Amino acid sequence: MFKILEANELANNIFQMIVEAPRVASACLPGQFLIIRVDEEGERIPLTICDYDREKGTVEIVVQAIGAETFKLGKLKAGDELADVVGPLGKPSDLCEESIEDLKKKKIVFIAGGVGTAPVYPQAKWLKEQGVDCDVIIGAKTKDLVILEDRFKKVCNLHITTDDGSYGRSGMVTKALQDLWDEGNKYDHCVAIGPMIMMKFVCKLTQELGIPTIVSMNPIMVDGTGMCGACRLTVGGEVKFACVDGPEFDGHKVDFDQAMNRMKLYKTEEGRLLLKAQEGDTHHGGCGNCN
Amino acid sequence: MDGFVRVPVREQDAKERATNFKEVCLGYNKEEAENEATRCLNCKNPKCVQGCPVSIDIPAFIQQVKEGDVEGAYQTISKSSALPAVCGRVCPQESQCEGQCVRGIKGDPVSIGKLERYVADTAREMGIKPAGATEKKNKKVAVIGSGPSGLTCAGDLAKMGYDVTIFEALHEAGGVLVYGIPEFRLPKDAVVKKEIENVKSLGVKLETDVVIGKSVTIDDLMAKEGFEAVFVGSGAGLPRFMNIPGEQAMGVFSANEFLTRSNLMKAFDENSRTPIMRPKKCVVVGGGNVAMDAARTALRLGAEVHVVYRRGEEELPARKEEVGHAKEEGIIFDLLTNPVEIHADENGWVTGITCIRMELGEPDESGRRSPVEVPGSEFDIECDAVIMSLGTSPNPLISSTTKGLEINRRKCIVAEEATGQTSKEGVFAGGDAVTGAATVILAMGAGKAAAKGIDEYLSNK
Ligand SMILES: Cc1cc2nc3c(=O)[nH]c(=O)nc-3n(C[C@H](O)[C@H](O)[C@H](O)COP(=O)(O)OP(=O)(O)OC[C@H]3O[C@@H](n4cnc5c(N)ncnc54)[C@H](O)[C@@H]3O)c2cc1C
Ligand SMILES: Cc1cc2nc3c(=O)[nH]c(=O)nc-3n(C[C@H](O)[C@H](O)[C@H](O)COP(=O)(O)OP(=O)(O)OC[C@H]3O[C@@H](n4cnc5c(N)ncnc54)[C@H](O)[C@@H]3O)c2cc1C
Ligand code: SF4
Ligand code: SF4
Ligand code: FES
Repeated sequence: MFKILEANELANNIFQMIVEAPRVASACLPGQFLIIRVDEEGERIPLTICDYDREKGTVEIVVQAIGAETFKLGKLKAGDELADVVGPLGKPSDLCEESIEDLKKKKIVFIAGGVGTAPVYPQAKWLKEQGVDCDVIIGAKTKDLVILEDRFKKVCNLHITTDDGSYGRSGMVTKALQDLWDEGNKYDHCVAIGPMIMMKFVCKLTQELGIPTIVSMNPIMVDGTGMCGACRLTVGGEVKFACVDGPEFDGHKVDFDQAMNRMKLYKTEEGRLLLKAQEGDTHHGGCGNCN
Repeated sequence: MDGFVRVPVREQDAKERATNFKEVCLGYNKEEAENEATRCLNCKNPKCVQGCPVSIDIPAFIQQVKEGDVEGAYQTISKSSALPAVCGRVCPQESQCEGQCVRGIKGDPVSIGKLERYVADTAREMGIKPAGATEKKNKKVAVIGSGPSGLTCAGDLAKMGYDVTIFEALHEAGGVLVYGIPEFRLPKDAVVKKEIENVKSLGVKLETDVVIGKSVTIDDLMAKEGFEAVFVGSGAGLPRFMNIPGEQAMGVFSANEFLTRSNLMKAFDENSRTPIMRPKKCVVVGGGNVAMDAARTALRLGAEVHVVYRRGEEELPARKEEVGHAKEEGIIFDLLTNPVEIHADENGWVTGITCIRMELGEPDESGRRSPVEVPGSEFDIECDAVIMSLGTSPNPLISSTTKGLEINRRKCIVAEEATGQTSKEGVFAGGDAVTGAATVILAMGAGKAAAKGIDEYLSNK
């Protein structure tokens, strides 16, 4: 069992947790993820490692409740335990492999959308620790959904944009990137993490602007160790397993349409389970939405 | 009875079992087992033993069954095998012990597998456990992977008195026994879990949720955590795909994904939170045990199932019993057939598969006749799911993170057969990780050999 030491709701249905997982904490690097099971009957759900403390043996996750499992997870409090935490999985971010000198020469921009904001944090923080500056664009639907703002401010040049203009710049992240570019920020490396649709459009833009772009893919997974092939996607015409070959890939080579399509695979069944979880005992069918 | 015919084993009716996940074979009762045991000739030079990869003293245990001494029979088997309830169920007996039995020359061979299963199941019901270590050695050994090879190696080392920890990547122990082989062939709670508890009762520690190579490396286990030897039994879990058009469509799965969802995650159970597709018409590509398991699982989830295999009936690598059971249950075999392309609708869901007919050509070096396409013989099978079951290879997670661990062209770890010794000092390996996908009993045999190898290595150190 893996103990939850801290649990907070950062925004509506977005939860941050600090969990005891010494093996993961001692080995993880930015860009990697872990898989948890909430309880003995739970599904295996992949989550990015948002921060870690090697000494305390803890990892931090930020999770958006969107389905049955993440909904259950969000209900847990400090002191509760998770049945399983396994990791770190996947390859560390490419940035960790590059020499610091090379990194310092680059103008790097991170584009974070929604809950994808959380996984950007360890990368920006890691760069800061290496003495490398970077820009981060956080995009959210509305002001209330902007998360981790204070922590980001300490490690990067932060630009916030909201779809409805309620905070920061106005419009989607692609508009913010275009504006920043037009304002004279000539980036030579971009990392985009967020919903697939956002990553797709960021990649379209960065291709036009000629900025090499890394994306972090989050397909459906089961084992996370390369055993099941559920997470496969096509990158540059080749089949890759996101859990072992990724999760980061060259965004200009990813077949997003196919990847987004594959996400729909369990949608109907999942939707039913979510209803069941939310409505608990009140869910007896008959509403016409399921069964 | 003239002794030429084996005592038939009771099975769940084919029609009924096609709709449930309960065990197909019900096994012998006492009377049936003792009857079948009388068919054994107690040969002086027992050929059956030569056919068993772990050399169980078959005539001895069968005599004990005949005499009604189940405990004795269990201890006889336990000297050679740590998982008899498993092997009695899943060994390809027709090509191993029973394939060699002299009774088989004229009539049916003795039902060695069913008798082994009877002994193991009865011993379990009676609460008989394998005997543990008498004396502790103060030496730590790490075992990576909790499949048959790892469990056997760990069990044997614990019996010798070593302090053994198994590290398992998944949340549950058992390897293919829990994630691959379905409930209707190998019950999880009643059989697999109990066998694992037996291994634990020998003092073996089990740490799940640890991916060696990611959570911690072999070098760190040895340098920082005090393990003096390591056994790698990480299996061959990496699935192959065909690289044909349409393979990324929704409704195309690897057998591993389909079976893992159903077995490990219990998706076959309506109450499970893990989703699984319940196809209407499903094509399973391949002809091995894995293909049979995927096909029979899909059938039980409500599908009409076609097995598409490029060679003929004789060449099907699956156990004969499984092929027979699959046919009885209504699975359709499209043999000498190979897929060319998978089709999907405008939303990306599978709608069908184009296949081509094959003929067998001349035998190749391995003696197997290789299939060749019959030009112009393409035809379509309508379906909403395709399950690829084309074999697996070892996962590179360990080989790529362990310095000095040699692998061969097929990505298998190179290890000496007799001792399991790899190219790296103190590191031993066995099972599918070394041989590529093989069988439970071969993996167990390798785990046993490595336990001996590790004991010799640590005794001389
Ligand atoms: C490598 C990786 C890292 C991730 N990191 C994070 C993270 O840091 N924080 C976070 O909140 N989420 C993250 N996710 C997504 C997270 O795993 C899913 O949101 C979660 O599995 C959904 O589980 P559920 O049971 O609550 O929802 P489900 O009931 O399974 O699904 C609800 C809906 O979400 C869709 N869905 C299913 N799986 C995913 C998925 N993997 N990604 C997105 N949508 C999905 C389903 O199609 C369905 O429509 C990550 C995913 C991957 C693969
Ligand atoms: C569906 C199916 C049906 C089969 N049917 C039969 C049959 O009827 N008869 C028969 O004899 N054989 C059968 N086999 C083959 C048989 O199951 C295997 O040959 C056998 O299980 C191999 O045992 P193993 O111990 O080498 O590996 P596995 O059983 O594969 O176990 C390996 C374990 O190691 C773990 N692992 C892998 N990498 C790591 C890591 N880096 N860190 C920690 N843990 C790790 C895995 O999660 C797994 O639990 C079947 C196989 C399948 C898939
Ligand atoms: S272990 Fe397998 S091969 Fe050996 S006797 Fe038992 S069933 Fe036969
Ligand atoms: S070969 Fe057959 S008859 Fe002879 S000892 Fe073995 S099981 Fe008995
Ligand atoms: S999640 Fe199973 S192979 Fe990637």
